[in-house]
Amino acid sequence: LKIVVCIKQVPDTTNVRINPETNTLMREGVDSIINPFDMYALEEGIRLREKHGGSVIALSMGPPQVESALREAISLGVDEAVLLSDRAFAGADTLATAYTLARGIRKIGKADVILMGRQAIDGDTGQVGPGVAENLGLPHITEIRKIEEIGEDKSIVVERLLEDGYVRLKTSLPVLLTVVKEINEPRLPSLKGKMAAKKAEIPVWSAADLELDTQRIGLTGSPTQVMKIFTPPRPSGGKIFEGDVQSTVAQLIAALRDAGIAIGQKKGEA
Amino acid sequence: MAEPIRVILDKCVGCGLCLKVCAYDAVSLVDKKAVINERCTVCGACVGVCRYDAIEIERRPFKGQDVENYAGICLFAEHRRGKLSSVVLEIIGAARELKKELDRSISAILVGDKVQGMAEELVAFGVDEVWMVEDPSIGDFDEDVQSDLVTKILLEKKPEIFLGGGTILGRSLLPRVAARILTGLTADCTELSIDGDKKLLRQTRPAFGGNIMATILCGGHRPQMATVRHKVMKEAQALAGHQGRIEKLDLPILKPRVEVLEFVEEKMDTVNLAEADFIVSGGRGLKDPKNFALIEELARSIGGAVGASRAAVDAGWIPYSHQVGQTGKTVNPTIYIACGISGAIQHLAGMKGSDIIVAINSDPSAPIFTTAHYGIVGNLFEVVPEMIKQLKE
Repeated sequence: LKIVVCIKQVPDTTNVRINPETNTLMREGVDSIINPFDMYALEEGIRLREKHGGSVIALSMGPPQVESALREAISLGVDEAVLLSDRAFAGADTLATAYTLARGIRKIGKADVILMGRQAIDGDTGQVGPGVAENLGLPHITEIRKIEEIGEDKSIVVERLLEDGYVRLKTSLPVLLTVVKEINEPRLPSLKGKMAAKKAEIPVWSAADLELDTQRIGLTGSPTQVMKIFTPPRPSGGKIFEGDVQSTVAQLIAALRDAGIAIGQKKGEA
Repeated sequence: MAEPIRVILDKCVGCGLCLKVCAYDAVSLVDKKAVINERCTVCGACVGVCRYDAIEIERRPFKGQDVENYAGICLFAEHRRGKLSSVVLEIIGAARELKKELDRSISAILVGDKVQGMAEELVAFGVDEVWMVEDPSIGDFDEDVQSDLVTKILLEKKPEIFLGGGTILGRSLLPRVAARILTGLTADCTELSIDGDKKLLRQTRPAFGGNIMATILCGGHRPQMATVRHKVMKEAQALAGHQGRIEKLDLPILKPRVEVLEFVEEKMDTVNLAEADFIVSGGRGLKDPKNFALIEELARSIGGAVGASRAAVDAGWIPYSHQVGQTGKTVNPTIYIACGISGAIQHLAGMKGSDIIVAINSDPSAPIFTTAHYGIVGNLFEVVPEMIKQLKE
């Protein structure tokens, strides 16, 4: 199997703070990490290779520093990594990003399975996966919690998480899958992996290296424009009820009912 | 005009795979090379299946379309198992607000099997025109087939705005449609309005786990597309006597590439966090998996669903489908009751959109109290049973 895992480097939100004066996000001093959902995609890619043979290639688009995320992917057990990096890619929205990644996957060639996390934790859109699939003309399935099997005939059976349960689906390779956390438990880098990561040469492909329409990349290729970014008003802090258990609970229920909520008065409507 | 799809002859080996996947009989083999005829709809199935990268789609040159030719607010009428999804009523509600500012009609795209009744329902709630493709071969989980139909309808009808639900289906289907039409799509909007003189759709959405909000415009491309976060916009009420037109469209339907083997429903009453008005969530403070029974009992007593923090899920106390937060689900219930959850930023990202947040925690300095509207500092093993008791009275 040839497996391509698309990853994104994102700021680690555990350390994100809000500047209390300007009420803006302070990104300085925040570490960059591999998007948590992509860690599950990487792990699943590596597991598929362990089971079926083949190779796993990590692919990312971003500024030069994204190389460190790709090295981390190699330390986890990915065979190769490719970085798509060019000033011309900058400012891409999900449409332009999906197009660019698709061109990268096309250049890598003959991918059987393309894996991604369900969404990135900075943009929270989840739009790039289906967009890449569309650009490649492949079927895609989102929210995968389990890859049950890949058959000799290149058929694949997966479980897809839905709002009210899950569905088992069958399709054939090549396919693009986006995964949820439930799918596996990512491993830690091995010593051997760390050595490999240090030594690995990571090719950087620019716009000129990919066969692409320069009108469709970066800012030029992005139909959406961010008009403004603002911080939502912080909650002013709530009411903490005082007293013994019986009284605090009574106050809480009274407050909820005052707010017009029929809590405990009308049952069974969910 | 140049043909938008072409076979690169020196790459084609004549394997014939593209013939098998074509739903339109648009490919044939001539002298061991694929030839695409005029029946081709540029759906892309052959491009995907070709192992030699021998078929290429040349999309239109990327620049804004003639935006004046696009008019109206269109929505995707998502449905499951014979029922419109509840997010559809919320989108109609939002569309009716936009209609006041824009003075355009509201249309809906409805594709599936046995959907006539839903078409009538859409009209009753204020949709002026329903574009419907009714066919037993269109499956509920078939983004491939559905996105192809939706794309064709949008290209023909040219609405200026197209809205879908920020649901699992909507967030899977609309990106495909946007990538095919080459237009902008904004994910999971919590606010929609009409901007200024150009009457553009102003799309506001949370990013960064809700720590920032971004307002996004799509000036040069149509339709302006957005998915709408579930349970944020107000549901439309039926409009008495509203009249609308239902137009049945006869479009070719792709062969599905994804086959449904089985749908397994999880216990609706406590898992369906997306639809729940009340959610009771448990975290590390529960100390033991069996204590989730307490959370379940409280949830049941108010007709709510059971949520959990990442800590509880990672400890294996409760399945992932219950997890609320950045790596779990984003929920917007009327009441969210957090029991024994400290309130890490990643958890808050998943539930801060709730109308009322109640925190029960023994640690008065837990960050959950800064986000909660109401709080009780105390032992949840005393507070929760007391709540259950008082609610029964």
